[in-house]
Amino acid sequence: MSDISRRNFGKFAIAGLSTLAAPSILQAKSGARLVIIGGGFGGASAARFARTNFPHIDVTVIEPQLTFVTCPYGNLLLAGARTLSDITHPYGVLKRRGVIFIHDWADAIEPDKKLVKLRSGKTVAYDKLIVSPGIGIKWGALPGYDQAAAQIFPHAWVPERGEQVLLLRKQLEALPDGGVVGFAIPGNPFRCPPGPYERISLVANYLKKHKPRAKILALDAKDAFSKQGLFQDAWNELYPGLIEWIPGSKDGKVVSIDTKEKVFQTEFGTRHKIDVGNVIPPQSAAKIAIDAGLTNETGFVPVNPYTFEATKAKDIHVIGDANIAGPMPKSGFIANSTSKQAVASAIALLEGREAPKDPIYFNTCYSHVGDDYGISVVGVFRPSEKGFVETPNSGGVSPRGPLAEKKTQRKLEAQYADAWYASITKDAFG
Amino acid sequence: MTVPLTSRPRIKLPASAKVGDVIEIRTLFEHPMEPGFRRAPDGQPIPRDILARFHAQANGERVVQVDLRNATSANPYLVFHARIVGPTDFDFVWTHEDGRTASTAAHVAVK
Repeated sequence: MSDISRRNFGKFAIAGLSTLAAPSILQAKSGARLVIIGGGFGGASAARFARTNFPHIDVTVIEPQLTFVTCPYGNLLLAGARTLSDITHPYGVLKRRGVIFIHDWADAIEPDKKLVKLRSGKTVAYDKLIVSPGIGIKWGALPGYDQAAAQIFPHAWVPERGEQVLLLRKQLEALPDGGVVGFAIPGNPFRCPPGPYERISLVANYLKKHKPRAKILALDAKDAFSKQGLFQDAWNELYPGLIEWIPGSKDGKVVSIDTKEKVFQTEFGTRHKIDVGNVIPPQSAAKIAIDAGLTNETGFVPVNPYTFEATKAKDIHVIGDANIAGPMPKSGFIANSTSKQAVASAIALLEGREAPKDPIYFNTCYSHVGDDYGISVVGVFRPSEKGFVETPNSGGVSPRGPLAEKKTQRKLEAQYADAWYASITKDAFG
Repeated sequence: MTVPLTSRPRIKLPASAKVGDVIEIRTLFEHPMEPGFRRAPDGQPIPRDILARFHAQANGERVVQVDLRNATSANPYLVFHARIVGPTDFDFVWTHEDGRTASTAAHVAVK
């Protein structure tokens, strides 16, 4: 751990002071303990929101990485439009805001004792726990796809330090012109519903410029996807003949991966030869949520839609891609938006007040599909006794139409997307 | 004004099995299953276009029959099981409401 945590600093300070001075310092340090597992969009937003709005609460984030690499805008690396440093966010500002960071893995949660066990062997006590660990990849759920296979066909779906997306970029650079870039896309639910299609678009953007004879073969378990009409319009206009998308009803579901022969095999036995392959694997909540017994048979965590408290554990509020919040998408925006209600609810309940009533959750997913070409889907959601409900007529997708007519709109949306990225990362990490 | 039954029927089953084995058979037929109640963006009604039936035969004997209705999802995907008692010739037949059919066949040898 490179940082001196505020808690430890307090301890050292107390040790050096007279006994008379100690009580007042202890008083200042006796705030309720909000502990957050995960420093991604959900966890970082929760930490910042808690420090800003509830300064009497001690906020600790448990996060193994020293910086956060975002999934959003990762696809732009594939098109050469961003670098890794553009999408890497340090935690320095949050630390200066008084958030205590423990750079370690949370390995277990003991809800009865209200303790989090760290890989280092230490434990962290909490009064309220926010769990925002993101997704875990279900290694082996897709036969032939394990950690070793991910070095040949990267997933680039969990950012860590950006290794996977850089590997995919390197492979695209090495692709012979005329080669085939394959995508294996899973059924719902998965992180970032429009993500695979944005990635297809931006890989096509790269190929059109640098490998004009190469082709994209997108094998999909589904028959329909987010912003489908808009994406397909863009593919036809920007990259004609370059992308073949095969839906589940045309035998698009990939059921096994062969890294030796470099083949994606589909459900009804078709073997597709691939030169560079991106496997977006089946997903669940991250391991810590499963190990803590928070998940149900879906592999994700059921939560109270008003407070995000886990159905299966008191005082543990689960946000971000690990929870079950359909029809809200698994997006950074939803993680950010819901983190605030989760924190406000957790602290209210802790202090014997009611959770804030009538919260509204927002989402916008922008996708870049080409140079100066952005599209979006907007949703507004509210909780109900039956779960999350999209507010009727509240959102929608960008209007469709030929590029000649929509050029300004597409360009503006690309700019809105950049502005969104700047503002949401500021709201989480700034 | 229905389109011809041009979809390639897709089936997945093992090429061989032991006597007594229960095998899984998957079938997929690409078809819109258009109920006839919807309108196109230009306001024109979209004509009904529904597969009425799927059946499977084993050595000439009908072993599975499924009646499909207008609430059946597009691209009917059916999975069922069969116990293998000897070498088996399977036939799989999809029948449209207007009587047109599409079919495919497979043989399961005995190990």
